Amino acid sequence: MNNLAAKLSPEQYENNFAEIHPPFSHNSAVAEANRCLYCYDSPCTKACPTHIDIPAFIKKIASGNLLGSAKTILESNWSALTCAKACPVQVLCEGACVYNDKEEPAIQIGRLQRFAIDNYFKSGMPKLFSPKEKNGKSVGVIGSGPAGLACAAELSLLGYKVTIYEANKIPGGLNTWGIAPYKTRQADSLKEVELVKSFGVEIKTEILVGKTISFEKLSKTHDAVFIGIGLGESTNLKIPGEELNGVVNAIDFIEEVKKEKWDSVKVGKRVAVIGAGNTSIDAATESKRLGADEVMILYRRSREEMSAYDFEFELAKNDGVIFHFLTAPKRIIGNSSVEGIECTKMKLGEPDEKGKRKPIEIPGSEFVMPVDMVIKAIGQSAKTKFLNSITGLQVENGRVVVNPDNYQTGNEKVFAGGDCINGGKEVVNAAYDGKMAAHGIDGYLNKTAL
Amino acid sequence: MIDLSIDCGGIKSPNPFWLASAPPSNSAYQNCKAFEQGWGGTVWKTIGEPVMNVCNRYGSIDYNGQKIAGLNNIELISDRPIEINMKEIAETKKLWPDRAVVVSLMVESKKESWHDIVKRTIDTGADGIELNYGCPHGMSERGMGSAVGQVPEYCKMITEWVTEISTIPVLVKLTPNVSNIVMPARAAKAAKASGISLINTINSIMGIDLNTLKIKPSVAGKSSHGGFAGPAVKPIALHMVSQVALDKEVKLPISGIGGISNWQDALEFILLGASSVQVCTAVMHYGFRIVKDMIEGLTFWMEEKGFHSLDEVRGKALPQIDDFGNFNLLHKTVARIDQAKCIHCNLCYIACEDGAHQCIDLIPENGHTKTIVRESDCVGCDLCSIVCPVEGCISMVRLDDGKEQKTWNELTNDFKNEGKELTWENLGEFQKKYGIVIH
Repeated sequence: MNNLAAKLSPEQYENNFAEIHPPFSHNSAVAEANRCLYCYDSPCTKACPTHIDIPAFIKKIASGNLLGSAKTILESNWSALTCAKACPVQVLCEGACVYNDKEEPAIQIGRLQRFAIDNYFKSGMPKLFSPKEKNGKSVGVIGSGPAGLACAAELSLLGYKVTIYEANKIPGGLNTWGIAPYKTRQADSLKEVELVKSFGVEIKTEILVGKTISFEKLSKTHDAVFIGIGLGESTNLKIPGEELNGVVNAIDFIEEVKKEKWDSVKVGKRVAVIGAGNTSIDAATESKRLGADEVMILYRRSREEMSAYDFEFELAKNDGVIFHFLTAPKRIIGNSSVEGIECTKMKLGEPDEKGKRKPIEIPGSEFVMPVDMVIKAIGQSAKTKFLNSITGLQVENGRVVVNPDNYQTGNEKVFAGGDCINGGKEVVNAAYDGKMAAHGIDGYLNKTAL
Repeated sequence: MIDLSIDCGGIKSPNPFWLASAPPSNSAYQNCKAFEQGWGGTVWKTIGEPVMNVCNRYGSIDYNGQKIAGLNNIELISDRPIEINMKEIAETKKLWPDRAVVVSLMVESKKESWHDIVKRTIDTGADGIELNYGCPHGMSERGMGSAVGQVPEYCKMITEWVTEISTIPVLVKLTPNVSNIVMPARAAKAAKASGISLINTINSIMGIDLNTLKIKPSVAGKSSHGGFAGPAVKPIALHMVSQVALDKEVKLPISGIGGISNWQDALEFILLGASSVQVCTAVMHYGFRIVKDMIEGLTFWMEEKGFHSLDEVRGKALPQIDDFGNFNLLHKTVARIDQAKCIHCNLCYIACEDGAHQCIDLIPENGHTKTIVRESDCVGCDLCSIVCPVEGCISMVRLDDGKEQKTWNELTNDFKNEGKELTWENLGEFQKKYGIVIH
């Protein structure tokens, strides 16, 4: 890469990646917990994809029953720490808080959840759950992300022998590798992994199913299989220059940053991030925080169509990220390394079949911006090759098709959940899928037992 | 022009706000500082018998994260010699001639002792005396404080020892730790007291530290009951003030005490008959400066309501106090929920469903749940509007026109005249006649 960003001091890096939502002190947590109205049939619980009984866990913080609070949370969500720190609470639980209608600040549910769960891990994970007696059946779980972990935790408590197969050396999936470090660190995700392991779940790392071991073989070893493999490669831009040195995909870049070896991450002085989803925001803010002088986000539609959450957009703007809307990359310029990016201005046409207004190129509007690095963040494609190799399993629009009631795929002993069935949503959705799929599997295996 | 000045049994002050006899009024330094901030008077911390205090002296209860919903203490009367206190009182009075300086006294139950200390108090130039018959701890075991206040005969005897020689007004401060507050008040009246101060603190144990199992406050592992004060005691104090104010025998000016933290609290005491009000816990929490808001808030309120002096306000709420038997049984209210204001917390629903009379329905609507009152079943208890966190969202709407009245006393009298017994059947007949349905 040409023009690498100047290295920062270790203090600067730590400062740049310091938590954006610091933990509550005991007093402030209790004060906030006491603000909670303890709604009945509460909107926050309904808004949470895992339906945590939020007023109940908050009141337990107020009463000093912190262990009970953690139990209430974990009963619904096995990625409780990650979700507490990384959930888009503004559009979920906190967005539904009745205080919004009172024009008063919503209860800080995420931070309260974190307070309870932090305390749980700090107290050494006291035993809150007792697995049922082993029922002699085994389930293989592919992927140790939030969906896989939730499925494994739930099944092991139900009495199943569960083995998780994880391609990476460090488990946790996107919780470990995909969340901006100023939200969560690897250590957070690994605590959740440890909790699930404490139920007797075995995690086999560096096993890439389909390569290290065939799916067929794995499937024969177990009574049922859960697929929680998330998505695959970042989508290509399909423009000239994509092969140049300095063009990276967002997922790889974010993963590199997650290693927390800040000065070994390669980042250019001037960075262009293509796409305007939440992953693009992460890539852009992380580039900026790693020391890039100039970071821009290029998006071919306008602010309104952007899929990034408002608060993520604000975060990026506060970091000094420049947004170029209605701007599409045409080619990446450079000899061996990126030197610039040629773009054209766009305008919005009529809405397409999905209701999204189609961007139309404005002829003759080409212009070139000098950049040293291009980060591709226009989405990820499904691991279709692997998925298609599974007998009976159907993939539509890059998503594994499941029965919404029990998460069963076209192959009756194969279940799936998380990003691979929804095309990429939040951790909390994956955690819910995994949990529900576990009960789907339980239903299936119990039925076959009868 | 608003006049806040008062006269409480001959003790005059420019406003009704006095420091109660307590730690904040312990010294000339504190009392003078309080006067600088605007306090109208002070009741000097009780002076008298030699005492020694202990550590710790206070225990408090917090409520839902709010500090000091109530405070208790096991502090005794002034632990400084009488001479020093008398000297400081004289100096303070000289510096602040327009403020009320009342001296709280407590000595052993001997006529000579009382005569001696009363004379010395008069010599300081103080405006009045308050007899401490309330202190519920430490002093009562020695036959003083509430040991006197709890026995009307002692109360009368000692008060007489004081009033027979005092040339300045004498207030008698009562303990609430009695079954009927009116009795000691009548005793004070019989002994020619100038006024009644109430309430002193309530016997209490503040709580237990669940880690150490120590009772609060803890004195090197030992604890005892202490005197409970602060915001939590206000309703009890208001009730006792009203009882004394309404008593046909007592008829004495009242200095109201008990959980007064601001002008609104003070007004409630005044509306129930208090001439002056005394404050301790709120000052212990926030300092003397709180009086500025008390004076200002009270003044603005009087302006807004068109009152000119506190004489026009005093006791204004008292006529409402009546026996349950005189309440109109035909008064009918129902809860109405303003759907536009509702934030869908459903607290009214669960309160009514589990804690009252099951007359609110929870109906799903547009992703929310709508709370609807079944008015035919609503008993008008007011619980839903009490739990509702949104101002003005649930209102209790009056359905009767007030033309018809039947009180319990009237009803049972009717029964008597008609030769009917008070039975469920006869009561049911009456209810049926007026469409009163009990679920």
